[in-house]
Amino acid sequence: MATIPKRTSDVIDHFGPHVAYAHGKRLDAGAQAECLVKTHCCFCGQQCGIQLKVKDNTVIGFEPWTEFPFNRGKLCPKGVKRYLQGSHPDRLATALARSESAPGGFASIAYRDAISRVAAEIERIQSAHGNDAFAVLSGASLTTEKAYLMGKFAHMCLRTSNIDYNGRLCMVSAGAANKKAFGIDRAANPWEDIPRADVVWISGANIAECAPITTDYVWQARENGAQIIVVDPRVTPIARTCDLFLPVKPGRDIALFNGILHLMIENGWVDQLFVDRYTTGLDAVAEHVQQWTPKRTAEVTGIAETHIRRAAEIWGTARRSFLLHARGIEHHSHGVQNVLGAINIVLASGRIGRPGCGYATITGQANGQGGREHGQKCDQLPGGRDLGNPDHRAHVASVWGIEPESLPQPGVDAYEIFRKIERGEIRGLLSICFNPVVSLPDNNYVRRMLEKLEFYGAIDFFLNETARHANIVLPGSLHEEDEGTVTQAEGRVIKINKAVEPPGDARQDWRIIQDIAAALGRERGFTFTEPREIFDELRAASRGGVCDYYGITYEKIENRLGVFWPCPELEHEGTPRLFEPGSWNPIARGSGPFYFPDGRARFNVAAYSPPAEDVDEEYPIILTTGRVVSQFLSGTQTRRIGPLVDQYSEPRVEIHPTLAARLGIRDGAWTRVRSRRGECTLRAMVVNTIRPDTVFIPYHWPDARSANQLTIAAQDPISKIPEYKVCAVRLCPAESEPAYVREETKR
Amino acid sequence: MGVPGNMEFFIDPSRCIGCQACVQACSECDTHKGHAMIHLEYIDRSLSTQTAPVVCMHCDIPTCAEVCPADAIKRTADGVVQSARKPRCIACSNCVMACPFGVPKMQVEMELMMKCDMCYDRTSAGLKPMCATVCPSQALFFGTREELAELRPRSRPANTFHFGNQTITTKVNMLVPKGGGAASVNVIDAFDEEPVGMSISIDPLLAGMYVEDQRNAS
Repeated sequence: MATIPKRTSDVIDHFGPHVAYAHGKRLDAGAQAECLVKTHCCFCGQQCGIQLKVKDNTVIGFEPWTEFPFNRGKLCPKGVKRYLQGSHPDRLATALARSESAPGGFASIAYRDAISRVAAEIERIQSAHGNDAFAVLSGASLTTEKAYLMGKFAHMCLRTSNIDYNGRLCMVSAGAANKKAFGIDRAANPWEDIPRADVVWISGANIAECAPITTDYVWQARENGAQIIVVDPRVTPIARTCDLFLPVKPGRDIALFNGILHLMIENGWVDQLFVDRYTTGLDAVAEHVQQWTPKRTAEVTGIAETHIRRAAEIWGTARRSFLLHARGIEHHSHGVQNVLGAINIVLASGRIGRPGCGYATITGQANGQGGREHGQKCDQLPGGRDLGNPDHRAHVASVWGIEPESLPQPGVDAYEIFRKIERGEIRGLLSICFNPVVSLPDNNYVRRMLEKLEFYGAIDFFLNETARHANIVLPGSLHEEDEGTVTQAEGRVIKINKAVEPPGDARQDWRIIQDIAAALGRERGFTFTEPREIFDELRAASRGGVCDYYGITYEKIENRLGVFWPCPELEHEGTPRLFEPGSWNPIARGSGPFYFPDGRARFNVAAYSPPAEDVDEEYPIILTTGRVVSQFLSGTQTRRIGPLVDQYSEPRVEIHPTLAARLGIRDGAWTRVRSRRGECTLRAMVVNTIRPDTVFIPYHWPDARSANQLTIAAQDPISKIPEYKVCAVRLCPAESEPAYVREETKR
Repeated sequence: MGVPGNMEFFIDPSRCIGCQACVQACSECDTHKGHAMIHLEYIDRSLSTQTAPVVCMHCDIPTCAEVCPADAIKRTADGVVQSARKPRCIACSNCVMACPFGVPKMQVEMELMMKCDMCYDRTSAGLKPMCATVCPSQALFFGTREELAELRPRSRPANTFHFGNQTITTKVNMLVPKGGGAASVNVIDAFDEEPVGMSISIDPLLAGMYVEDQRNAS
C-alpha cells in the first residue's frame, strides 16, 4: 500500500518543502569562490548559460556567463536563485524506507539495502505478473545521457513495455505534429532568426514568464521593424505592447489558423511556387478551410472579425516571419491538430528554411528536446527511432548487443500507466524526475492509483509530493552534481558540468540505475563509469537516425559552445537551421528539404472540434492553467527557494472584473473553484487581462492548492497530451478562509 | 578607476515584463548581498501587466546629497551617486523623502540609507551592472550610445526631467519614443486628471473580442 505513512504536515515538517535563503558564506560579501563552473540553468528548455561560484563543495552564488551565445548573461529570477537548491535543508542524503514509527514517516536505511529492496520487488512483481507489471516513469529534466539510460534500463534490463516520461505533459503534441508535417521533431530555426523577421506570430506562449530570455529576441525583432501578433486568452506581459492581440477563447486555436489560411488563399497570399515545389496536400486543406470564413472564425474563436482579417493581412503579406507556439495550443485534446493548423499557415507562406523565416515550438522542460529523442518515451528508441519499426529495433539491438526480439513492444503513455495500475496490470513503479501528483490532471485519481501499487520506488534529491507515497526513496543527484548533455529549445546540444559532489549517500542517478541493474544480476550494458561513456554509446545508437548525434563530442560542444543536431559525422558542423538546400537529410537523400522520402512537407487537414469538456449551465466558466515566472513545473525545486516563493507565494485565480462582479467576488477574496473532479479554494486576483469567460490558475502547488485537482484527464488521441488548457468550472465566493489555511496558521 | 565614460545605463519600460530578474540579481551583488536596491512595481495590476523598473538615476546635482545634513552621500567623478557612507549616515530619511524618483531606501535595522550605486564594484571593473546583465527583456541596458543607436532605432535617450519647477539631469537615461520633449511631472497637472487607471478607456482585450461573445460573457 503506497499510502502516505503520516499526516502530510508531519511529512512536511521533516522533509519540506522548507524555504532556503542565502546565509553564511552565501551572504558573506568577502567570500571568494574557489572556482567558477560554466554550466547551464537547471530549469526551462532555453538552458541559459550560467557560471556557478563554488566554495567548499557548495554553490555559493552565480556569475553571469556573457559569452554563451543564447542568453549572453541574461537570466530570469529562477536562474538567478537556482543556486539556493544546493546545500538545502530538505536535501536527501540517505536512502529512505517508509516506516510508521519514524519521524516524518520515513527512516534512513543503508543505500545498499535500499537497492536490494528495489531489485527484490522488481524481481517479485515481474516473476509473478510478467515484465510489463513493473513500470518506469522518467523525466525530461534529466540529461540526455540519463534519459537514454532510463530507456535502455526499461527496455533491456527490465524488458518492460511500460516506460514513459513527463515530456508527455509538455512537448508531445508539437513533436507529433512536426513529425507528421516535416518528418522531424525539432525547432526549425535557431532563435537568431527571430530578430530578422518582419512578423513574429506567438500563439499560446506566455514568453515573458515561461521563456523569459526569448523576450529580448522578440523585442529586437520589433526594434528592427517587425510586427508582433500575440494569440492568448490573457494579456500576458509580452501581449501588452504587441501590435495585434487576438484574445482567443481557450481551445479554439485550430479555428483561427484555418480562418487565417482561408483568407491567405482568398487573397492570393500563398507562396504557390514553394507549395508546388516543396509540399504536398494543400488542395485537401484548402477545401477544408473553405468553411472557415472570417465570420465563422470569429464566432468560434471569440476574436473580432476585423482583428482576424488584420492578422491574416499582416501574416499573409510578410516577406519574412517567425511563428512560435508553446503549451497554450498544445495542451489540448486536439493539441496535435492545433499545431498542424499552425504549420499549415507557415507552409502556405513558404517562409521556412531560410534566414529570418522560421517556425518553432518553445520547448518547456530543461531537456525537453534531448529527453524526447533517445528512448524514454513509450514508443521510442534512441536517435528518434521507433520501437515498433523492425529496422530500428535491429539497429539499436545491435548497439546494445541483444536480439531484437528481446526488446519489448511499444508501451503506453504516462497517464495510461495509472489506468493500468487501476486495472491491476501494473503493480510496481520506479520513478525519477517526475512529480505526477502535482503535475498530472485530475490528480486525486493519480493519488488513489499510487495507493494501489504493491511497490513504489522513487529516485529524487528532495522528497517530492509523489515520493511521499514511496516504499523506498533513493537519493539522486542535483543538476550541479553531475555532468552530461542536454539539447535546448533551438536544438543546440550543450554541456552540463559538475560543480559539487552529492552529499552523504546521494549519488548520480545513472549510478543508481546501474546499481539496480547489478542487484538484479543484469549488469551487462550497465557498467558505464562516466557520463561520457554513455554519450559515446548514445552517439552510436543514434547514428543514421533522424536525431543523429554521432558527430557530436563533449570537446566539440565545449569548443563551439554547443552543436546543433543533426550532426552525422565528426567533421560535420551541425545544423542550426533545418530545411536549407543541401542540408543533411538521411530520409530525403537529396530529393528535397523535408524529412520524407520525396523531400516534401505535408499539409494536414486540421479539423476543429470543441474541447473535451465544454462549458454548460452547471459549469459555465472555462478554466485554463499555466505557469508564473518565479516557479517551475511541479515546484519540487522552486517551492524550496525562498526568494522565488516570496515573489509569488500561492496560486491565485485570475478573474475578469465583469465576471467577478457578476459572482460577487472581490480582489483578494477567497474563492471556491469547482469542477466535476474536485475543488480548490484560492484567493481571487481581479484583473482585466483575462477573457471574461475564462479563469486562470497556475499549477505549481500540491495538495489543497493544486489546480490539477480540477483539470480533466482528457488526452489528445495522437500525442496523449492532457487537456490542461480547458475544462469547465464554476466559481463562488468562499464563506471563510479554507481549512488548509487555518491548519497552517495553527502550526 | 571609475565607470568608463562611454558606458551608459538606459531604461526602456516598454520592454519590461515584470519578471523581477533584476530585483533577484540585485540582491546577489557583493556590496549589498541580501538587499535589492532596485524598484520594480506594477503601475496598476488590475488594469495591465505594465511594470516600471527604477534604478538610481544618478543625478548630475543629486537632490539626495543636497538635502543630506550629514554629507553622507557622495557623487564620484564618474557621475555615480554612491550609497550613503555608513560612518556618516544618521538615518534621518531626508534623502528618502526628497528624491524625486523615490529611489533611496532606509534600512531601519541597519540605520543606513542604501540605494543603487550602479554596481560600482562591477562597473568600475569593466563589468556591466548585475540587473542590466541579467535583464531578459533588456528593458535595462548598459552599453555605449553607438550600440544603443544601432539596437534601438525607434527610441531616443532622455535624461532631463522636470519636477514642478525643478529640472534634473541624470547620468541614467530613460528611453522614450523618438520625438517628444523632456518628461514633465507636476503634481498640479494631476489635479485635472482622472485618478490613475480610470482614464484608460480601451481595454485591449475587449477590443479584440468578438461582440457576440462579449454579450454572452456579461
